[in-house]
Amino acid sequence: MPRDPNIKRVMVIGSGPIIIGQAAEFDYAGAQACRALREEGVYVILINSNPATIMTDTEMADRVYIEPLNVEFAERVIAKERPDGLLATLGGQTGLNLATLLAEAGILEKYNVRLLGTPLASIRQAEDREEFRTLMRELGEPVPESWIVTDESDIQPAIDSNIWPLIVRPAYTLGGTGGGIALNEKQLREITKRGLALSMRHQVMIERYLMGWKEVEYEVMRDANDTAITVCNMENFDPMGVHTGDSIVVAPSQTLSDKEYQMLRTASLKIIRALGIEGGCNVQLALSPFSFDYYVIEVNPRVSRSSALASKATGYPIARVSAKIATGLHLDEIENAVTKKTLSCFEPALDYCVVKFPRWPFDKFRSADRTISTQMKATGEVMAIDRSFESAFMKAIRSCEIGIYGLSNKSTQQLSDIQLEEAIRVPNDERVWAITEAFRRGMMIEEVYALSYIDRWFLRKLQGLVGLETRLKLNGTAISRMIESGDQHIILEIPSNREDFEKTDNAEKSQNGLSQHHLAIRLIREAKRVGFADRTVAEFAGVPEMKFRTLRKSLGIVPTYKMVDTCAAEFEAATPYFYSCYDSENEF
Amino acid sequence: MKAILALEDGTYFEGESLGAPGRSYGEVVFNTGMTGYQEILTDPSYAGQMVALTYPLIGNYGINLDDFESRRVQVEGFIVREAADIPSNWRSKQSLDGFLKERGIVGIKGVDTRALTRSLRVRGVMMGAISTDESKEDILLRIKNSPKYGSVDLSKQVTTEATYCWPAGVESISDADIDNKPSEVEPKYRISLLDCGVKYNIIRSLSRLGCEVTVFPCDATPKEMLKENPDGIMLSPGPGDPASLTYVVDTVRELIGRKPIMGVCLGNQLLGCAFGSSTFKLKFGHRGSNHPVKDLRSGKVYITSQNHGYSLDPDTLKDGMEVAYTNLNDGTVEGLRHRELPIFSIQYHPEASPGPSDSAYFFKEFINTLPK
Repeated sequence: MPRDPNIKRVMVIGSGPIIIGQAAEFDYAGAQACRALREEGVYVILINSNPATIMTDTEMADRVYIEPLNVEFAERVIAKERPDGLLATLGGQTGLNLATLLAEAGILEKYNVRLLGTPLASIRQAEDREEFRTLMRELGEPVPESWIVTDESDIQPAIDSNIWPLIVRPAYTLGGTGGGIALNEKQLREITKRGLALSMRHQVMIERYLMGWKEVEYEVMRDANDTAITVCNMENFDPMGVHTGDSIVVAPSQTLSDKEYQMLRTASLKIIRALGIEGGCNVQLALSPFSFDYYVIEVNPRVSRSSALASKATGYPIARVSAKIATGLHLDEIENAVTKKTLSCFEPALDYCVVKFPRWPFDKFRSADRTISTQMKATGEVMAIDRSFESAFMKAIRSCEIGIYGLSNKSTQQLSDIQLEEAIRVPNDERVWAITEAFRRGMMIEEVYALSYIDRWFLRKLQGLVGLETRLKLNGTAISRMIESGDQHIILEIPSNREDFEKTDNAEKSQNGLSQHHLAIRLIREAKRVGFADRTVAEFAGVPEMKFRTLRKSLGIVPTYKMVDTCAAEFEAATPYFYSCYDSENEF
Repeated sequence: MKAILALEDGTYFEGESLGAPGRSYGEVVFNTGMTGYQEILTDPSYAGQMVALTYPLIGNYGINLDDFESRRVQVEGFIVREAADIPSNWRSKQSLDGFLKERGIVGIKGVDTRALTRSLRVRGVMMGAISTDESKEDILLRIKNSPKYGSVDLSKQVTTEATYCWPAGVESISDADIDNKPSEVEPKYRISLLDCGVKYNIIRSLSRLGCEVTVFPCDATPKEMLKENPDGIMLSPGPGDPASLTYVVDTVRELIGRKPIMGVCLGNQLLGCAFGSSTFKLKFGHRGSNHPVKDLRSGKVYITSQNHGYSLDPDTLKDGMEVAYTNLNDGTVEGLRHRELPIFSIQYHPEASPGPSDSAYFFKEFINTLPK
């Protein structure tokens, strides 16, 4: 269906202030949506209480109202501007909550404003725990055992079930505020009390806590024609129990076989169809590490923090496409803005690995509790792209700007073995360095797994990095000697033709093993390929960073740049979106 | 151990040996699926080809006992950026490298697979070879002296040697042999399947719906296939150039009008050829799990699993056969439907494995065309 001609003026609700649990991702989404709507000739009216955003720039919308995001002010803007439609699924939970209130107060009806995109009933069905569970039962999609509690006295059945541990999730809150994991009755009472106080609807859900299960998310899209696609799936490095916002996340999933991937994809699409969502939606699932069992955990019937990540991770503009869908367009009528040759109706194919790393504010709040669980504590996140998990992971760490450039962190190095085990067992902001330190001290993958339930695939990668770190340290003198003996000398020793060089390499290897010199060069190449910083390698060699960098460049070990094109190079793309990697072909 | 991948146009990539050491040769193609390497390795439609995966991290979940699409590894060679040394998944029994070694498959890792893909996209798929013991020049010479893809009848190589029966309600053919077979059920339908390179999941999908499937070699005669009076005919996918399979097209032509027919992938092309069309080679084929296909009747769009290097000419179809599905990326034919007869076919894979199962409904649709 072509775009609905009756939609001429659209009001977009922004996301309000940047707070913990809701960062700038909704500004990104809102700005994308405003642009997409204006492309369709729509007159855009934006309301947002936060002037420090991109979306409130005067050229983003036709009219910008910087007003409090409440019913009173929203009604005044509606009365003055008389929009035909309201787009509320792009401003995070704030936008969604305000739209719900406006509808409930009869204001949308009074001024004849249509809620665009996902219908309100669908939003309610996805957000209200009981309605959602009823729908899941109808669909035959498994949900964990749970109890809805609106009063502290309601928790007896949960206690009687004797399922421990249990997880408490308050309804209608941002970033899981007020939730937590209860190991016993006393904790359950405490967390429930806190959660009830913080929930807008005075409602919490108590649920079986799936300890050690994999947490996987699917970003899905649907249009009014019932075409539904997956934009991206993501796997959490941290198993269930850590809020997604506090988890290290990779895209696409790494440890799922095709059967598992498709099983969860099918479930996600079934859910978005049953809910009747028009636009983007995020489905969170828990997958058993020992069987095909899975549970549907949560659905966000809107553009979310994860969709901002998925957009950047794949190049697929979820907010833009959601806004277009809201105007009545179908997925196969919207151009893929990246390739300009194909349509938005496809599933992105990634040919790289994406790592998201949370940024916690513990450097600012020194006395805060650094353990992480179901209540989000991160105030931001970084995303890195590379051809391997290791290098994306290392880039992400450096991008956090926390004074850590690799696998070591001073405070975890000072821990005793017992403290170290505790730092691996109880999730906290320094857990990854506790793990690398454990490998450095000789702990085995199985031991770390038993403490953390982090998938062995991730642990193996970290162990491999620590192994390379050890080899780099052992050969540090070889590297420093190369620098001391002068760059000129080095270059003379290496044949300019790389192939000949490799041949000499092999010949020597067969006779008396690799020379220290050549081994060092090979190590540097390997170190750069898996993402070690020049600074770190220089440290191991005891030389200044700049000197090492000059040496590396003189050895011809330099990054190449590859494009994020949504299609794994299957089609030609024209987009200025690149990432660096130490691979052979440069596309920049 | 070092390994080299060379292409017939003289480009070459250096990497490390993956799987067995030695030499391999085939048409180099790329697949953009991010999961499903075990299914791809054992899909008979990849016979004669060396598959490069665009996703860089392969082998993460190992090799398991259930995800085989045929008895053997069908690819000639395997090309990846990185292969996991220690896999992690509850079903994993073996590492990718160990599995390929055991099966004698010569592969290569450490290749800039994105550069390779870009080159195949621009220049089209071409013949190539992997070697752990030859010089670049020797490999190129070997490519020059070897037969081209399409000049060999690959279906004859991958088809079943003898006719066999897969009972209804059975997930794996080995299940049917063991004593306790509670899943086996009284067949509701009997299907004759012409095997040009069938994937197990096509048979499994039919078996799950209560069909007993008799699998015939690709050179079976129409008389043999109709002898037991089956309820319907299934035409399997398969490797190679459909234009060289005139004997199979003749068989298909004789089956038309006798029984309901469903064709998958190569089966779609064979049916098209039987109805007057011909095929042409696509520049770099469709291989992956994300191809959008439009159902021309309903206007609905499906994400499909694809693996084909040839496509049907839509303009020469005759005798009531029509294009029913097209690819949204390049507009090529993705399926046919007969105006009156219960005959239809699709170019993509309703059996998935790997890929999305959005199109699994086709098997039910086929069952619905069978006489009650």
